[in-house]
Order: sequence, then C-alpha cells, then structure tokens
Amino acid sequence: MRRSMLFLPGNNPNMLINGNCFGADAVIFDLEDAVSPQEKDAARILVRNTMRYMDFNGCEMIVRINSIDTDYWKKDLDSLLPEKPAIILLPKTCTPEDVLLADEYMTQVEGKCGIEKGTVGLMPLIETALGVENSYRIASCSNRVKALFLGAEDLTADLQCKRTKEGREIEYARTRLVVAARAAGVDVYDTPFTDVNDDAGIVEDAKTAKELGFTGKASISPRHVETINAVFSPTQAEIDYAYEVMGAITLAKQMGKGAISLHGKMIDAPIVARAERTISMAEALGLDRRDINE
Amino acid sequence: MNIKKCASAGTMESSDVYVEIKPCDDGIKIELESVVEKQFGEQIKKAVTDVLDETGIENADVRIVDRGALECVIRARVETAVLRGREEI
Repeated sequence: MRRSMLFLPGNNPNMLINGNCFGADAVIFDLEDAVSPQEKDAARILVRNTMRYMDFNGCEMIVRINSIDTDYWKKDLDSLLPEKPAIILLPKTCTPEDVLLADEYMTQVEGKCGIEKGTVGLMPLIETALGVENSYRIASCSNRVKALFLGAEDLTADLQCKRTKEGREIEYARTRLVVAARAAGVDVYDTPFTDVNDDAGIVEDAKTAKELGFTGKASISPRHVETINAVFSPTQAEIDYAYEVMGAITLAKQMGKGAISLHGKMIDAPIVARAERTISMAEALGLDRRDINE
Repeated sequence: MNIKKCASAGTMESSDVYVEIKPCDDGIKIELESVVEKQFGEQIKKAVTDVLDETGIENADVRIVDRGALECVIRARVETAVLRGREEI
C-alpha cells in the first residue's frame, strides 16, 4: 500500500538517513532533478550505501533514475538495481518504447546480478504532453509497469502554461492518467504540492487527487506526509459503511437473494468491491478490525 | 593502484563528511577532523582504510572533515573521492 511517497534528494545524507522517520509509505531516492550533474556519481554511491546499510522498516524504497536521454540512466541502474528497489521511477516517459528500452536494460542487469527477471517494477513518470497522450499505451506495454506518476511541473512547462495551486491547468492530465492507469490495471500517483508552507493547500490538493481516483500522492516535503496519509486513508464513516455493506450482502446470500438494499440504495457489485477495498485498507492500516458478520 | 590527481567528495553539512584525497608515494596517511573524534575517531579511520583496501589504493594522502556522518556515508564519500582521483568517474 502506497498512500504517500516522499522524495529524498540523492546527495543529501541528512535527509537520506532520516528518510524512514517521516511516516511515508514509500521514499523516492532522487538521482535526477535534486542532484547537480557534477554530483551524479556521488549521489549514486551514497544512495546505494543508504539502501544497503540502512533499515527502512517496511518503508518501500523507490529510485528515480535519470531520464533515458541522458548519459546517466544506465549507470544509475547498474549501481542501484542490485540493491533491489521495489520500483524504478522513470522520468520523462513519453512513449511505450521508452518503457521497453528501460525494461530491456533492467532485465540485463537483473540477469547479471542473479535477480529474478521482473523483480524490480517500473513507474513511468508522465510529465510531457506526449506522455499524457500515450499514457494508456505506456501503462499497458510491460508487466513491469506497476503504476503511472503525474509530474506537473515539467508538464506545465511543456504545455506552456503557468503552474497554479488550483491546478486547473492539469485537470485534463490528472483525469486522463487515472483513466489510463485504471484501464491498464495499475496504480496512479499524483504530483507533489510544492508550497511546503501552505498547510490548507496540501489538504485541498490531496483531497482533489483522491476524489479523482488517484491511489496516492507524492511529496517533496516531510511536512506533507501526514496530511497525504490521512486523506488517502479510509475515514471511520467509510469503514463503518463498508462493514454495513458486507453485512447486508452476507444477509442477502443467506436469504437466497442476489441483491439487497441498504439505507434505501441497492447494493450491487461495484459497491461491494469498493467496500472490500475499504475494509482491506483499514485492516492493513490497523484502523479497524471486526467480523464482517457482526 | 594509485591516485592520479587530487580529488574531493562530500560537503561540510551536518551528517556529511568532506573527503580530500591526493597522490603520494609513501603509503596511506589520514588526517581526521571530527567533533566526535574522541569517541569514534578509530572507527572513522577504519572505515576510510577499509574502502582504500577494497579499492586497491596503496598510497594516498587523505583528509577527512567529519560532520557527524554515519559509516555508510563515510564509505560512500571516500569511494567517490577515490574514483574521482583515479579518473574513473
């Protein structure tokens, strides 16, 4: 389960070694934008050692490598893939061919390291207009793709528009990515909210992402992690309703009925599926445990 | 294998370590400056010499300015300095 993903600058030991203290479900070791060209070598070695020697206590490790149009991305994979990150975040993914190129090289490196093929997943970072338009093909071109990730800063530069807190300029990209990812059967993550001092703004932005169907949201600030986790966790009312739904559907089965109404609404398969997801997430988070038949 | 040119890695920021490495002809020399030298000076020097051994460096002048770095950070910065000094990066 990934509600929050926290970016950690790859050449900053202070942030890296404390990366598991902020409550994020996943951390993203960033070798790309957060690292200057002259420090790419240092960051690669530092992140490798952090992954090798630090205990992240169940916090999932993701690595953002450099894009495939640079001289760095293969060296990034050579150094970091042996540490078995859960996911490689692939920036500036524009086409399925970009994914397949990275996929093929990852397979080579996994083979050299004796790691089973496909162990490390891929998360294409969609941050160009072309990437948005190709998003379903990108999401569905390889079994290695586990999720899509929207990067709004580069995208708005490519769209030649201003990035705003309200986010109207990325409405289309957000909904397009959610539909593409869900159609391909993978998760989808929203872009970070970049004003680290706007506490109300991050709440609204995270709520918008959840309402649109995103699985979770990335953050560039540890201050945003708690809010993102709260927004993407089921509320007590949602959990209570989910158990009511499961109770009602159990009763319907006992009565030999295919469907049943609850609070005047018909309970059908999509409602049951949503209730099952809510209960599963609540149990994983330790929020609420009870017998469905209660 | 020896160091070909002066090189450095790391920063003076908290939890980091600054490493300078220079070519020399008479073995390994380590100069250490650390706020925790009394408690951890020997461990820091051992981490440095371990990386020099692993990378096959027999002669080098190494200056370490430690700002409370963990061993994995020290090892990373020394390795980076060595690779830069050997012009392998």
